[in-house]
Amino acid sequence: MTRPPVRYRIITASLLTVAALYFLTPVYWLIVSSTKSSADLFGTFGFWFSGHPRPLGNLTDVLTYDHGVYARWFANSLLYAGIGAVCATLLSAAAGYALAKFPFRGREAVFNTVLAGVLVPGTALALPLYFLFSSMGLANTYWAVLIPSMVSPFGVYLCRIYAAAAVPDSLLEAARIDGAGEARIFGRLGLRLMTPALVTVFLFQFVHIWNNYFLPLVMLSDSRLYPIQLGLTSWIGFSDRKPVLYQYTVGGAFLSVVPLMVLMLVLQRYWRTGLTEGSVKA
Amino acid sequence: MSRDTLSRPEPVARRAPDGARPARRISRTEARNARAAAGFVLPFLALFALCFLAPIVYAVYQSLHKTERTGPLGLGGQEHEVFAGLANYTHALSDDQFLAGFGRVLLFGAVQVPLMIVLATALALLLEGASARGIPFFRSAFFLPYGVPGVIASILWGFLYVPGISPLVKIAQSVGWDVDFLARGTVLWSIANIVTWQFTGYNMLVLIAQLKSVPEELYEAARIDGANAWQVARHVKLPLIRPALVLTGVFSIIGTLQLFAEPKVLRPLASSIDSGFTPNLHAYSEAFVGNNQHVAAAEAVLLALVACVASFVFLRLVGGRGKERG
Repeated sequence: MTRPPVRYRIITASLLTVAALYFLTPVYWLIVSSTKSSADLFGTFGFWFSGHPRPLGNLTDVLTYDHGVYARWFANSLLYAGIGAVCATLLSAAAGYALAKFPFRGREAVFNTVLAGVLVPGTALALPLYFLFSSMGLANTYWAVLIPSMVSPFGVYLCRIYAAAAVPDSLLEAARIDGAGEARIFGRLGLRLMTPALVTVFLFQFVHIWNNYFLPLVMLSDSRLYPIQLGLTSWIGFSDRKPVLYQYTVGGAFLSVVPLMVLMLVLQRYWRTGLTEGSVKA
Repeated sequence: MSRDTLSRPEPVARRAPDGARPARRISRTEARNARAAAGFVLPFLALFALCFLAPIVYAVYQSLHKTERTGPLGLGGQEHEVFAGLANYTHALSDDQFLAGFGRVLLFGAVQVPLMIVLATALALLLEGASARGIPFFRSAFFLPYGVPGVIASILWGFLYVPGISPLVKIAQSVGWDVDFLARGTVLWSIANIVTWQFTGYNMLVLIAQLKSVPEELYEAARIDGANAWQVARHVKLPLIRPALVLTGVFSIIGTLQLFAEPKVLRPLASSIDSGFTPNLHAYSEAFVGNNQHVAAAEAVLLALVACVASFVFLRLVGGRGKERG
């Protein structure tokens, strides 16, 4: 294969660089700003470091403010996203596996209902879900955010497609002849063969829950139950009266973004393989 | 075996004993299948019913009712729900602010979604067509904003929009351009920028995944036929990534109609954003500020309906060809 002409390669590289500048500038601003004192945040040029960087001081400020409420929010986010995504993945895996491997009456009806669920906007559900949970006494508890986080119609869809392609019937039949029960076959064979799809579902759901704002906003009124996003917006809400909170918000945003970005970059590879399964065979 | 025949009478089997065996085996497999499938599917379905079906049913119910108080002047006394017919819907649909919010997100979607998908497609084609080094770096850089939650992205861009802090405004002013990102006419597009910034890379990855699934020989063949890079992209790659384009399109439309976090976070900074800036924001304030669940429920139902219709129309318009494959 011949390499494209130099002119073409220069144009490509410049276009890619301009795009990279666009996508990275706000992240760069966040990194620079997280090292600044409250006064420097307003007083110095945003795209360059101030003369008095205090990254560690800011970090301790964020973590110790209001008896360390930030750490609590962070833990809440981890709890919601972690437990929610694990449960969602297992439930989707079981449902998708069954929909792919067990022909039963009404299977397509079930699958189509789930698919319709993918297209229902989540925020249109959030308000009615709040009224429902509130009448059940579940509003303003951990469950109010956790339970809805465990349901991923998209996960079921992906798992079904993946299981149909990656779990051979002959293998299941062989295991049955060996006398293994269905639960055992699913646990030992199904889950293992579906691992790439499971990683994708887990990641999707983790990011989805971590980023979700509307659901916790309507469900929670106790700030000790807040996930990080909700906590940070409550800081912004108070910053009129307490301007130093602007600085804490910037520091808190920085801290919250770092782990997720690392996770995304590391797991990008799995992400892509999973997406191929999802989009190509749709 | 005898239990089987007892619980499930099979007249065919009784009449023709030689045909009974295969027939019974099939029905037994079916029964076993159904039992096993139920065990695997029911836990999901139970939660799905609780978190998807029940809220929809409840919202429809609530939207058709209203609260009435029995007591002098409607104060105090007992509260109870009475059937209201379509009153909540007519109330919502005659609310200018709510309608304006809908118009706003539709305009937003009509501009932002195509722009974002064109940008994502261009970046995907550039990354896949380029032989340059540093491709993994660029791919990660473009994808990175997807890891930034909408709230954080809005906070970030908010700081980049607000005069007094924003280095962008300072740079613009230093070259004599008096820009106001949060003005009445511009703020919608400032929000569009946040959404584009966040989701272009994600859509790009979906498109790259589809491009990768196309056998390399296809491109080779086109090149041997004398097609240049542009022609290969236009006539070979674009038609092949059609399913992924439809997928990203539908998800983007649904996302647009849900617009909430960005305007909610920017609202304290921009007086041009009112409490009904988007349908979601309107429903939220109707429920929690106006304390009117029933109208909020009607608005949620309307929002879901519009999202379904918009996705369906889009699928019909764009994805028509994909339908043949089921």
